[in-house]
Amino acid sequence: MNKINLLTPDKSNLYNFLYIGILLFFFSVLDVTLNSFFNINLTSFLPDALSFFLPLILGFIGLHFIRIEYSGIKYLDLINKNINTNNFNALLSLLIIFIFIKLLPPALSWFIIDANISGDSRDSCTGTGACWTYIKVWFNRFMYGMYPNAEQWRINLSFISLAFLGSVGFFATEKYKKYLTLYYVVIYPIIAFLFIFFFISGGPIFFDFSYGIIAAVISIIIGFFIPSKFKMYYFIIVPLTVYILLKYVLFYEELIELGKLEALEWVETGAWGGLSLTFIVSFFCLIFCFPVGLFLSLGRRSDFPIIKYISIGFIEFWRGVPLITVLFMSSVMFPMFLPEDMFIDKLVRVIIAISLFEAAYVAEVIRGGLQALPRGQYDAAKSLGMGYWKMYIFVILPQALKLVIPGIANTFLALVKDTPLIFVVGLMELAGMLGLAKTNPKWLGYAMEGYVFASVVFFIICYAMSKYSYNLEQKYKTER
Amino acid sequence: MNLNFKKIFPQLLTLLFVVLVFGFFSYNAQVNMDNRGITFGYGFLSQESSFDVQFSLIEYDGSHSYFRAYLVGLLNTILVSVIGIILATIIGVVVGIARLSKNYLIVKTAAVYVEFFRNIPLLLQIFFWYFAALRALPLPEKAEPMLGVFFLTIKGFFVPALIWNNLHIFVYSVIAAIISIIFVRIYARRKQETEGKQTPVLMISIGLLLILPLLSFLIGGASFVVEVPVIKQMSQSSFTYDGGIGLPPELIALVLALSLYTATFIAECVRAGVQGVGKGQKEAAASIGLTPNQVLKLVIMPQALRIIIPPTTNQYLNLTKNSSLAAAIAYPDLVLVFAGTALMQTGRAIEIVSITMLTYLSLSISISILMNWYNKKIAIKEK
Repeated sequence: MNKINLLTPDKSNLYNFLYIGILLFFFSVLDVTLNSFFNINLTSFLPDALSFFLPLILGFIGLHFIRIEYSGIKYLDLINKNINTNNFNALLSLLIIFIFIKLLPPALSWFIIDANISGDSRDSCTGTGACWTYIKVWFNRFMYGMYPNAEQWRINLSFISLAFLGSVGFFATEKYKKYLTLYYVVIYPIIAFLFIFFFISGGPIFFDFSYGIIAAVISIIIGFFIPSKFKMYYFIIVPLTVYILLKYVLFYEELIELGKLEALEWVETGAWGGLSLTFIVSFFCLIFCFPVGLFLSLGRRSDFPIIKYISIGFIEFWRGVPLITVLFMSSVMFPMFLPEDMFIDKLVRVIIAISLFEAAYVAEVIRGGLQALPRGQYDAAKSLGMGYWKMYIFVILPQALKLVIPGIANTFLALVKDTPLIFVVGLMELAGMLGLAKTNPKWLGYAMEGYVFASVVFFIICYAMSKYSYNLEQKYKTER
Repeated sequence: MNLNFKKIFPQLLTLLFVVLVFGFFSYNAQVNMDNRGITFGYGFLSQESSFDVQFSLIEYDGSHSYFRAYLVGLLNTILVSVIGIILATIIGVVVGIARLSKNYLIVKTAAVYVEFFRNIPLLLQIFFWYFAALRALPLPEKAEPMLGVFFLTIKGFFVPALIWNNLHIFVYSVIAAIISIIFVRIYARRKQETEGKQTPVLMISIGLLLILPLLSFLIGGASFVVEVPVIKQMSQSSFTYDGGIGLPPELIALVLALSLYTATFIAECVRAGVQGVGKGQKEAAASIGLTPNQVLKLVIMPQALRIIIPPTTNQYLNLTKNSSLAAAIAYPDLVLVFAGTALMQTGRAIEIVSITMLTYLSLSISISILMNWYNKKIAIKEK
């Protein structure tokens, strides 16, 4: 038998080292596991400090023994390559494994084993773990804020229809693909606005919404019989005419009558809240900040000095101040700038403020894309005789926007993460509702559950968004 | 003529639009302020503020002026930002390097950390630390001391204070050490460039940093006494600590949340920077016989830093701006003290909000000017 040198394991004694090493490593993991799950200390006969560090030492020696290069055993080589390249890495790997094992039981017991979810009052929370009953009871409030329970189907319906209308792009056939941009940039935002303003807000105004729908349906039906030459003008003029006809000529009396009935109860924006408000605010800001940012970025690269410096000043101003001061401005300073009798709803003010704020960031991102395009693209477009707008719309922007998809997605992600800030003006979205719920005298002391819940919700939303943007980036990556 | 008109017209239109909007706003503001009997002006800054701030770096109470309150808020903001930036840089660099490790477990742990903390709104994280995590800490009278002198309690983190004798001599010695280290470095670099000999700069630097301050104790007469916080009973059931330095829980929660959140972004910058240095660079450096340490120090880092610095600067700026979220947990920063309490008391919305915004604007512009200067210094000098 060969002489075994314990300090330098080698291939000639592969199995000896392997058995000892695996045994030691296994024992160290077993010790920690028993210790953390069943509170049994195998090495209690040793001094405290030694007993505490023993698994680390044993595991370290074990990993040292199995660190044999090119052993020919597939899994051993895999382990050595990935977690056991040298002493330092082995130590770090062990630490991570042990910390994970140590953290697992308390986490499990808090989240699942000792947690309560049954019942609907505080008394049913008897375990030492989390009280998910609290989340269950407050779930409606966390989702819809103070929106009346009986009316919540309106929010659901709006979101479902908007999600459906938003997914049109996936089903569109080749023939309609070229209209998708127009649809998403112009038509879809308008529909969304109508939905949220008339349907979620409700009140007598609701009838405007229904007339709008009727007008749209009628004009689409008639639209089939119009020669395609005039379709462009037709779709601009007719829906508006039909709408005005419906509202002011045909149904004017009925409107007044029905307005008194209030088919849909009016819900003021102060009552909106919870996660749905987060969606509403981020959705609108997303829609508005993009075009504003686009124009700002064009303005910043303009040849006209006045436009250029106004854009620069605007962008740098918004980028230099924190969002919270912008919101303060919109809530306490902005009303001073308006005529006495003019009142703008708080939610609208907030949406405008956040949109302008994010537009500055979007502008900088787009500028990056514009700058990254080689000069030749501009020159080529100009040499074809294109004017400024033609050049940008048909040559520059399609390429530049493709380049900055990840940047824009990041900005949108930041926007979604910024929405909880609207609590400073008194709007209660998810984080705000949590604050309200945890100070409720019946439910004191469950702040942790609330924040964990909200964190999970936001994490899912933001993580999905970031993954989606990554996919988008991969999809639009063009070889240059 | 036609061309000129085409050039001037859109500009005039924009200018007109901006002027009209501004005019409209300022006219309304004038009317509104007249109605409320307020005259625009910054005179109120010297009036007595008559409100108290619970945590301030400079001496302050209700008898001081609003301007003093502004300073208190500003200093608190700067304090949080500086601590946050230092911590975030440390965590960010460590995590960023960890994500480049060859160890699968380390890479995954770092990735989970980054994805998790990056995708949760900062405000929620601040709330979590302040309302959930720090509220689980023990009361002052039940707190176990850490290492005998640190007390982490629900009322804050109490650390021993150093009471100095002849502090200025110690400070001078540290400054002298730093200056001499800079000279040693310049000398070493010159020697390396002219003679190709290396000087053990690190050893000399550490030695200087140890010896000069030590001399200030031995010869200069600098000395300090450690003042350990001692528990004190305020009333029947209320305890606090006397002596030492007490960091309020708001500060701790804010610093924790800010640095953990910003560190994820810095980690990504670091990772991108190191990955951005071509593999060929490492191989070329190794092939001319540089040691791994030298490769890192002389070849990788100088190039990686060029990629890392600009986005990291942005993150520092973001952290400074995000520190304004302090208002949500009542840490007395600029927004809370000035745009909150002072605004409520005086009702001067326009003046106060504009001062606050201008302050943040100048803070961020000064950081970005500083970083641009540094960036220009280390940028590749192309011929």
